[in-house]
Amino acid sequence: MSKFLKSTALALAVSLIAAPAFADKFGLGRTALPEEIAAWDGDISPDGTGLPVGSGDALVGEEIFADKCASCHGDFAEGIGNWPKLAGGADTLNHDDPLKTVGSYWPYLTTTFDYIKRSMPYGDAGSLPDDEVYAIVAYILYSNDLIEDDFVLSNETFFDVEMPNANGFIVDNRAETEYVQWTGEPCMQDCKDVVEVTMRALVLDVTPDQGGAADEEVVETTKVEVEVDEVAIDAIDAELAAAGAKVFKKCKACHQVGDGAKNRTGPILTGIVNGAAGVVDGFRYSKPLTKAAEGGLVWTEAELAAFLAKPKAYLKGTKMSFSGLKKESDQAAIIEYLRSFGG
Amino acid sequence: MSDKDNELVSSRRAFLGGAVAAGAGALTTGAAQAQTADPLITEIQPWAQGFGDGVDAVRYGLPTEHEGDVIRRNVEWLTADTVSSINFTPIHALDGTITPQGCAFERHHSGAIDLKKDDYRLMINGLVDNPLVFSYADLERFPRENHVYFCECAANTGMEWAGAQLNGAQFTHGMIHNMEYTGVPLRTLLEEAGLDTTGDLSGKWVFVEGADASSNGRSIPMEKALDDVLVAFKANGEALRKEHGYPVRLVVPGWEGNMWVKWIRRIEVMDGPVESREETSKYTDTLEDGTSRKWTWEMDAKSVVTSPSPQAPIKHGTGPLVITGLAWSGRGAITRVDVSKDGGKNWETARLAKPGEKMALTRFYLDTDWDGSEMMLQSRAMDDTGYVQPTKTQLREVRGLNSIYHNNCIQTWLVRSNGEAENVEVS
Repeated sequence: MSKFLKSTALALAVSLIAAPAFADKFGLGRTALPEEIAAWDGDISPDGTGLPVGSGDALVGEEIFADKCASCHGDFAEGIGNWPKLAGGADTLNHDDPLKTVGSYWPYLTTTFDYIKRSMPYGDAGSLPDDEVYAIVAYILYSNDLIEDDFVLSNETFFDVEMPNANGFIVDNRAETEYVQWTGEPCMQDCKDVVEVTMRALVLDVTPDQGGAADEEVVETTKVEVEVDEVAIDAIDAELAAAGAKVFKKCKACHQVGDGAKNRTGPILTGIVNGAAGVVDGFRYSKPLTKAAEGGLVWTEAELAAFLAKPKAYLKGTKMSFSGLKKESDQAAIIEYLRSFGG
Repeated sequence: MSDKDNELVSSRRAFLGGAVAAGAGALTTGAAQAQTADPLITEIQPWAQGFGDGVDAVRYGLPTEHEGDVIRRNVEWLTADTVSSINFTPIHALDGTITPQGCAFERHHSGAIDLKKDDYRLMINGLVDNPLVFSYADLERFPRENHVYFCECAANTGMEWAGAQLNGAQFTHGMIHNMEYTGVPLRTLLEEAGLDTTGDLSGKWVFVEGADASSNGRSIPMEKALDDVLVAFKANGEALRKEHGYPVRLVVPGWEGNMWVKWIRRIEVMDGPVESREETSKYTDTLEDGTSRKWTWEMDAKSVVTSPSPQAPIKHGTGPLVITGLAWSGRGAITRVDVSKDGGKNWETARLAKPGEKMALTRFYLDTDWDGSEMMLQSRAMDDTGYVQPTKTQLREVRGLNSIYHNNCIQTWLVRSNGEAENVEVS
């Protein structure tokens, strides 16, 4: 955030009068209002410029984190699947495959605040009040053993926290370390004695399948056939389903539903309401879920509501890292929303 | 050289010279004399008899279905989610230098957003006399420029640091596109907001951020901001595509793609860099001793043979063969590209389709005669600073094995005698 915000009003008044004097200006655009600048200018500099007044601690942060962050980043900020790990990795930077987290790598704590405030939670960016951001940052620090659980992080205590890798960065030095030695007339003939293949990509076999548009057409045809089989469903309460669509934002980071849905961290949810549990092709369920499915679990509205209320209490060992929907109205809304995709 | 080889070469020369050397040419696959008449010629074909499509059959055309495999491709295991992911330009199947927008790679941090021109706002604030808000229409009233530039993700070829991984130029080198941009110099907009560009701006930066949920923000030193950065709204003559930042994106010539903020909504003049997530935790380069380079913005000279390559094998047998590829440098213009068929032992200088242009893709060709023997194909670019594209070994000697970004190493394709190619590393 600009330090110059306060002087904006003055500058504005001056420039309005002075504007015609600038011959090289086009007179395009309009003056940005202070409240517009305040709405968009949220960046926080390493010296703390832009940090809002507020506070939070790791205990409060833990609850918020479980609710809004853990579905991707794990309960302990350890990360799930390909989602970023936020904790751990201390002293790994000079090892093979270093683990780069807020604790092990990030040089400035302001960056963490800035990023969470502007970009998180994933799918619902910019929704966190400043105190919640402080609390989440505190929880991430706590998960990295950088603060105690009774430390209150605020705009005033912010720089009491030492970032372990604060001095771990150097400014681009390619000019001295690389350009000097890789400049000049290169060898053209007999540059090596022997050339041997030392590694082959085929051995790894990680190149994706390269089906083109033709393959995709086949898939589409199959889809149409499936739709023919669709059974008539009870009328959907559109208003409730719309409310459910909003609640579903909490789920979207891991689940997709409807046309073109794919398995992500969680399985596709199309047709889940009143459908058999554990049947989505290509998704690796947790053992407890698989066992429940073998036992004939069907996701009736009542079962789903119970699961959504407290996933880990309902199914111990579930992979679903989500703290639950406390409000019955939210449960009902999301079920209606999912029901609108069949089931 | 055997007699047969001699004949092949002479037949090729005759062919290039325009002579109808049918006798000698019979030995090569391509010029073989037909034994039976070709029905495609002797029989009237449906397309030669009836009608094709009328005008307006397609109001905005896509490539013909026969080119259905020339598409962007994703490597699913790389990322957790397609809305924060990347895909790859099918460079193995393209020629020339301009990348069609429809198959130019995408990189999103929170998905490609739908932002109408009417809803678009660009704010300039911070250390300027008069913070301004521009509409899209305002931008089109400033004097504008046209420039062709490549945009390369810093992570292009990043998966190849530790060893040969992905089998295809699209996957190893496809985080790049090259377009002709139309836009307004950032300098013009900053001056409009009252920045005195003749004054002392040392130590000043601009922070640029996007309108999407990721709000991707990067800091750019003022010297670059005033040099050649464009606020662009057209690419290849038409509006930007949604996935490339419609209606307005930033173009930062020669510098890593992450700085080319899409859906750009705000530019703030500042006293220093913000050190945002994308310029600290990401897009920094960890060296062997655990320290990391930051502010490695420039994309060094690099090249790759796009054909033949794993996705573009040789299917025509021996004889005339066009080896082609792309070269570029974020520090200037490409001046020369050398090609090796033996894994870097001996090199031949390739032909540049046009003289290299600053911070734009350059197409090179090596028109050759293939005798069917195995090749270890490499290309090596040089730019007008005299820099020579390094080998992977050279890069690793300086940076170690844990680097991800800015891998501009010489690539090797092992082309077998059956024409198939594989991504390999060589000694």
